[in-house]
Amino acid sequence: MSYLLRRLGQALLVLLVAFTATFFLLHFLPGDAVVARYGGPELGLSPAELDEIRDSRGYDQPVLVQFWLVLTGFLTGDFGYSTQTGASVSAMLAAALPQTAALTLTGFGLAVVLAFAIAFVASFGPFPWLRQLVRTLPPLFVSIPVFWLAIVLIQVASFQLGLVPVINPTPLQELILPSLALSVPIAAPLAQILVRSIDEVRAQPFIAVVRAKGASDSWLLWRNVLGNAMLPALTIAGLLFGELIAGAVVTETIFGRSGIGRMTEQAVANRDMPVLQAVVVLSAAAFVLINLIVDMLYPVLDPRLRSRTAGRSAPSREAVRT
Amino acid sequence: MSTAAAVFTDIRRSDAGRSLLRPTVLLSAAVLLVTVAWALLPQLFTSYDPIANVGASLQPPSAEHLFGTDSTGRDVFSRVIHGARETLTGALAAVAVGFVVGTSMGVIAGSAGRAVDEVIMRIVDVLLAVPSLLLSLSVIILLGYGTMNAAIAVGVTSIAAFARLVRSQVVQVSGSDYVEAAYGSGASFWAVLWRHVLPNSLTPVLALAALQFGSAILQISTLGFLGYGAPPPIPEWGLMIAESRDFVATAWWLTTLPGLVLVLTVLATNRLSHAMHTGGRS
Repeated sequence: MSYLLRRLGQALLVLLVAFTATFFLLHFLPGDAVVARYGGPELGLSPAELDEIRDSRGYDQPVLVQFWLVLTGFLTGDFGYSTQTGASVSAMLAAALPQTAALTLTGFGLAVVLAFAIAFVASFGPFPWLRQLVRTLPPLFVSIPVFWLAIVLIQVASFQLGLVPVINPTPLQELILPSLALSVPIAAPLAQILVRSIDEVRAQPFIAVVRAKGASDSWLLWRNVLGNAMLPALTIAGLLFGELIAGAVVTETIFGRSGIGRMTEQAVANRDMPVLQAVVVLSAAAFVLINLIVDMLYPVLDPRLRSRTAGRSAPSREAVRT
Repeated sequence: MSTAAAVFTDIRRSDAGRSLLRPTVLLSAAVLLVTVAWALLPQLFTSYDPIANVGASLQPPSAEHLFGTDSTGRDVFSRVIHGARETLTGALAAVAVGFVVGTSMGVIAGSAGRAVDEVIMRIVDVLLAVPSLLLSLSVIILLGYGTMNAAIAVGVTSIAAFARLVRSQVVQVSGSDYVEAAYGSGASFWAVLWRHVLPNSLTPVLALAALQFGSAILQISTLGFLGYGAPPPIPEWGLMIAESRDFVATAWWLTTLPGLVLVLTVLATNRLSHAMHTGGRS
């Protein structure tokens, strides 16, 4: 229990530091957001009117008061206003989230399927050359830029083969190509972990016993290998989350989907600090939460870790994350 | 850490390959040598100017224009060759930023007192908690666009990995008998750090630097593609692919060929750094 509290405290501290850093670097420091948004000659606002806007946003307050206002805002789900459109960032996020959730969940699902397919063929495939060939796929997959893959997929699937319509696609058709592009860099490390786990487990004596009792390849994979592969797969959960976010930014930009990734890309293009700050802090929070859950799942999945967790965290994670 | 690091360090454990003379390693070295030669002496490989109009626009690949021409009649092959310089120097600068800043932070965290260690490692935790593309974008929004700013932005994402690795190395070496013996024979803290701790920590750090190089190329081209890297007339690989987006239906060579060069370069870099890992071990 004390371990849990310590981890929780650490997680909250990381978030607070992340918030403070983004506040001072993104929100507070760079110039005057009000002038950037409303100071243009085409609006023709007088300095007094600009001051009024500043007052209404709390920009005239001392730094610490502003910090406190923004922090309490974040804690209550109020992320301020976009300097570009003036819209509430919370409302923008809420509107964009379903698109991104659909994309990333589909992409992740595809990645898991792809990883299993690769691992199965690499371990139980019919010919040695085929098994060897499939094993080269994960290193290849991490070397392919998502933005290029996405464009090539459009080129081949939409324009040359005509499989996915470019004009007026259904929501499902719209999802196919971006999630496919997104899944490739996610599938690579997952497949690698599965292949290695299968190799390791197959070398163990108990497999010979299970086989002697007549177990098939798929029985081995599902019953014996999967449990052993879960732990190393969980260690890279945070990494995969980052990869999903990056993939969402790139694919949403290419396919013109109005999700959080595209919102982020636009925020950078327009130097829209509050939007970027909200996206950065929220994804840091998601990352911290994911790792907290993973830490708690270790002892559930691996009985060997149960006695140890009272004292310290699972040691394997440190090694993998460095 | 990138997924490339995850996949390739993973191979290190399972792969039987131990020799630096395997065909894939030699092939990767050849690919990388060609790319470096492109970056250093682009004039040797093409006579076309990368930013001048040299022919009719949107010609498919031919003997005259190996990769065809783009929408303004520029030679794509020449642009790819000249683009190697942008990409490689950018990646090199990015790795240098991560290496220098990360190593310094790791050394300080590992050798200074507990309080300093805590502070630095919490900063590292924050750097790790923000997804790397978002971290790069935050740096870009602060510094502005451009080749060097993109390189710094990519470098910042690898600081955490370097700092963690160096810290663990320093802690490990500091606890060893010969460091204790050096202290015992009267050496000062800085002398021990310089003579014993740093040289012994450096091998795995250099291996990490090699591994980061491949992912730095990918990240820089991604930023270039999004339009935050080199400004338009400059031939940068990611930017070239971005510019070709409007012609996917008609001019396949504009995206496909520069992209293949990019993939081959990253693949060769990753394969080579992996070989360095295993070669350095045995």
